[in-house]
Amino acid sequence: MSETTEKTYKRSHEPVFWGLFGAGGMLTAFLTPVMILITGILIPLGIINSQNFSYEKIHGFATTWYGAVIVLVLVALPLWHTLHRIFHALHDIGINRGRDWQQVICYGFAFAASIFVFTLLLQMF
Amino acid sequence: MSELMIEIDVLRYRPEMDEKPFTQMFEVPYTPDMSILEALQYIKDHLDSTISFRWSCRMAICGSCGMMVNGVPKLGCKAFLRDYYPKKVSLEPLANFPIERDLVVVMDDFIKKLEEVKPYIIPEKEKCLSEGTYQQTPEQMAKFKQFSMCINCGLCYAACPQYALDNKFTGPAALALLARYNRDSRDGGEAQRMKIVNQEEGVWGCTFVGYCSVVCPKDVDPAAAIQLLKVESSKDYLIGMFKPE
Ligand code: SF4
Ligand code: FES
Repeated sequence: MSETTEKTYKRSHEPVFWGLFGAGGMLTAFLTPVMILITGILIPLGIINSQNFSYEKIHGFATTWYGAVIVLVLVALPLWHTLHRIFHALHDIGINRGRDWQQVICYGFAFAASIFVFTLLLQMF
Repeated sequence: MSELMIEIDVLRYRPEMDEKPFTQMFEVPYTPDMSILEALQYIKDHLDSTISFRWSCRMAICGSCGMMVNGVPKLGCKAFLRDYYPKKVSLEPLANFPIERDLVVVMDDFIKKLEEVKPYIIPEKEKCLSEGTYQQTPEQMAKFKQFSMCINCGLCYAACPQYALDNKFTGPAALALLARYNRDSRDGGEAQRMKIVNQEEGVWGCTFVGYCSVVCPKDVDPAAAIQLLKVESSKDYLIGMFKPE
């Protein structure tokens, strides 16, 4: 067999980021408009009573374990989505210098913000 | 009867005499059933015999007549003057490929990529002729049939912005062809081909712009093939984490 000419293949780690990107994209597409509708339109217009979203209520929600998970996911995943998109858009508009650094900065930011929200939620308990 | 005329701009480039490509305008008698390819043949027969372009079947099956028609990758034999008349038509060689001469491009890179994806059935184990044929149900065939309709015209490469930015990317048609064999129940070569898929230059060079599927004249939908392969590649990544080679 002529397997001698077989070249070496390098596996990409993109599946990790693509997975986060996809999950974040779903959330962004389905839930962000709802959140904007509630906090940006319905509450200011008085259609939803703002007392339902008072500090105490939200704090109470964020300090239950499921509430904390929901808040973390709602903040972190769309961030991963956004920064993945920005990382690829930089390539698309022809900014090709320091792709490694671009990657570190983009995903590093998403990672740092996720950890920040995580610790913030933890210390509220 | 006064003839209706249509103006056609053709990008010319003859490497032995032209320093750089230039546009030449031709006036061609217009009929609604005339294809772009026929218009070029009219030019070659009656106006300028030095013009070069590729064609063979005249029926969207050989894949040789790809070109940019008003900036959009099209088959010359499947695009008709009536869709442009009375505006003028501009013809250029397929984008993202080097020009060989006039509307003829150098397709070597594309052909190399098609060859690289092992586009043939790799049987799980060799079967003796006496054991009979490989059987396949309609359901098994439906899994890959669409991806097998490609005529290698290269329109999708001309449409792909990622291939334009970096031609190391394996590209739409080659990946669709790869998916065609990976999804074939008679094939056992998936593990070999996944190594190609898993690379940055494999499916991960794609950002799902989707223009390849828009321009494809055979409804192959290479973008869908690539997204399906991304899912496979992600599964392969997960499995690879637990049992590294
Ligand atoms: S996938 Fe479609 S556009 Fe691409 S080479 Fe095949 S037939 Fe042409
Ligand atoms: S001449 Fe064969 S595809 Fe157009």
